[in-house]
Amino acid sequence: MKEVAVIGFGMTKFGELWNKSIKDIFVEASLGAIDNAGVDHIDSIYVGAMSSGIFVGQEHLGAVMSDYLGMNPVPSTRVESACASGGISFRQAYLDVASGNSEIVLAAGVEKMNDGADVTAALATAADQEYEVYNGVTFPGLYAMIANAHMHEYKTTRKQLAAVAVKNHSNGANNPNAQFRNIITVDQVLNSTLVADPLRLLDCSPVTDGGAAVILCSMDIAKKFTDTPVKVVVSTQASDTISLYERETFTTLKAVSKAAEKAYKQANLKPENVDLAELHDCFTISEIVVSEDLGFFEKGCGGPAVEEGKTSIEGGEIPINTSGGLKSKGHPVGATGIAQIIELYEQLTGQAGKRQVKNAHIGLAQNMGGSGASCTINILEAV
Amino acid sequence: MNGIVGYGSYLPHYRIKIESIAKEWGDDPAAIKRGLQLFEKTVPGLDEDTITISVEAAKNALKRAQIDPQDIGAVYIGSESHPYAVKPSGTILIDALGIGPDVHVASYEFACKAGTEAMFVANSLVKAGDVKYALAIGADTSQGAPGDALEYSASAGGSAFIMGDENVVAEILFTNSFTSDTPDFWRREHEFYPRHAGRFTGEPAYFKHVVGAGKLLLEKSGMKPDDFKYAIFHMPNGKFPQVVGKKLGFTKEQLETGWIVPWMGNTYSGSSPTGLSAVLDVAEPDDMIFMVSFGSGAGSDGFIYRTTEKIKEVQDKAPKLKEMLDHDKVYLDYGEYAKFREKIILNE
Amino acid sequence: MISPRYAREIPQRYRLEASKCKGCGKINFPPRLTCPACSSREFETVKLSDEGKILTYTIIRVSSDTFSRETPYAVAIIEVNDGARLMAMIADTNLNNVAIGKKVKLVFRKIQDEGVSGLHCYGYKAVVV
Repeated sequence: MKEVAVIGFGMTKFGELWNKSIKDIFVEASLGAIDNAGVDHIDSIYVGAMSSGIFVGQEHLGAVMSDYLGMNPVPSTRVESACASGGISFRQAYLDVASGNSEIVLAAGVEKMNDGADVTAALATAADQEYEVYNGVTFPGLYAMIANAHMHEYKTTRKQLAAVAVKNHSNGANNPNAQFRNIITVDQVLNSTLVADPLRLLDCSPVTDGGAAVILCSMDIAKKFTDTPVKVVVSTQASDTISLYERETFTTLKAVSKAAEKAYKQANLKPENVDLAELHDCFTISEIVVSEDLGFFEKGCGGPAVEEGKTSIEGGEIPINTSGGLKSKGHPVGATGIAQIIELYEQLTGQAGKRQVKNAHIGLAQNMGGSGASCTINILEAV
Repeated sequence: MNGIVGYGSYLPHYRIKIESIAKEWGDDPAAIKRGLQLFEKTVPGLDEDTITISVEAAKNALKRAQIDPQDIGAVYIGSESHPYAVKPSGTILIDALGIGPDVHVASYEFACKAGTEAMFVANSLVKAGDVKYALAIGADTSQGAPGDALEYSASAGGSAFIMGDENVVAEILFTNSFTSDTPDFWRREHEFYPRHAGRFTGEPAYFKHVVGAGKLLLEKSGMKPDDFKYAIFHMPNGKFPQVVGKKLGFTKEQLETGWIVPWMGNTYSGSSPTGLSAVLDVAEPDDMIFMVSFGSGAGSDGFIYRTTEKIKEVQDKAPKLKEMLDHDKVYLDYGEYAKFREKIILNE
Repeated sequence: MISPRYAREIPQRYRLEASKCKGCGKINFPPRLTCPACSSREFETVKLSDEGKILTYTIIRVSSDTFSRETPYAVAIIEVNDGARLMAMIADTNLNNVAIGKKVKLVFRKIQDEGVSGLHCYGYKAVVV
């Protein structure tokens, strides 16, 4: 396998992009990445998108995007793994380059969620339709069940959940592409509208339009394009039951811990070697559970850790979601996994401005689909 | 001998008080309570309909009958609120209970006597030897137009009876019917609420048919009112069954146990069958029970039952009607009731 | 709910039919063609117990359009007495009475409607006992 590098990135602002179509969003992010990397051609395209068929009535997204990018006949493939579509699109691009099949690859993700669809129903297609969604559950509902189980088992508190949102908004305030750049308080979270008990509005990532793209190439040629390539150390992926109810436990996400185990082993790293991490905080509880399942904290200690500031940029043991996370930056589902890679790239190349983590050398991105039925972990390293 | 081998009922948990309805329409609750002898009525949840009520009632009947559902050869559901205009209610029920596919299924409709119609035919099939067991259900989520007098009574619930000729808990000794074309109450196809002819529903409709059927049944059986421990009549309100009972020569004591309408309302096709269920819950062996239903349009079915020794063995095997009537009640205000009964126009 | 898709799930939704693995005894609900625990492909059909307890739950305040008339409503993961698990809405119960560990009974209810002219779709819900 060849060594693979990330050499450039582009993304749209995340938010309600009323005047931009899914094509506009994808092309804007991709052209940004192509220009940023300075590449003159692309050998292959991967597009992560969860539900363009439901959101905007458009499938066959690979072909649509190579066409509108003016790149025909380059092979272009849509990757779907619910909210992990972006991360797994990145992984497919990585494997394409690592295998030697392609030299320069565009890995992108896009979602246009604000076009009038029933967003709750569209997102719920990531859960089992016949046995979960049929019975009235929603995505906030599934994570709320995880939260209730975690609070019951580990005494995680409502305030600790709120601390995740407060921290991520504080980080996102310094991210020019973030959807919500406002500082929020624990009290605001605790007094926001209930969505699915115990989760409230400010525990939930928003509905977002947005696109993100990165360019990957083999490390051999990376220096041709940039002085600061970032190495993809390892890319792993794992699966779990589609239905939350079929799991032995609701407080550990097995796809996360399995993908992490494999990633640490292959990269010969330990959790403590990671300098910063972008985690899939679709809901505040997910950041807490995932921070435990990645081994940053003992089981049950994720809540206290965030409350004690162990995951903040300044003085944190492991800064988590310096970008603002899904919570503040926004969660255009298919784009999220790529946007996480972009944050790591910016951090590892010293371009993160006020969000910059000092001495950031190794970054980890964790992106998951559904209630954790799919998960990909990508570890990047400054070279 | 043929008769009932298992019985069971189901009532929703939700209730609305007469006061809550009267307040909405500017009526005097005291006058309604006095005139109709009603206090509150059952209301189905948004997730309940004639089919779900029938399934839960039939589950209770199966618990008492202790038979293999596969031995049930006929299933009849009588209702005037079948959820589908075209598609039988019973097919959903048999798949929920593991009955069939070797089973005859039909939906019955005859205003408030569709339930006893189902019982009549189910019993006849068993008597004829055509099926080993037949399941008959009377259930409704009754409609009454907002502001109409019916709104005070139209309620939800139902009862199921498994007919057979072994291990019978109540023998069916006599049956009869009394029918004529009497346009006292109707609902046209595609209409949401039924209409009725006011006081014409009384003397020429309810009283003529219930008294007619009752008298013929007494004649046919050669029995007198005081031969019976219990009597049950269709209960469109609290008053009518009391009046008709008196006309036929029954006492208040004989009527009391089956007179559940003041706290349940009129469950239409499930009315007199549920009164019977309340009586069977407390009956002793060899009790004689007299029952006459009424369905607008109009007709009455009469039944004479005699309980057996077995009745004591089955009473505790499923929830009793009194428990359902008194247990876990959730009171709705009129707004919630209007929502639950889908009386509010919504965007699709 | 498209009718062929609805019809296919009737044995599970109406009468809780599950498949018990002949290899390891695991009860799969809904039935599967291969056992996730032991890879056996032989099963016997069993009916799940209609009694169980709440393992975790939530109260849905914001639903998809299908259920918007019914909010707030509770949904729970239930472990039935034979060990199998399922997801079910909680019916009737006062929402304050829903908690982890509460005993429930499964009942037959209408789960959703396919618009104003489509199918009524039935299945199981749980009632706290």
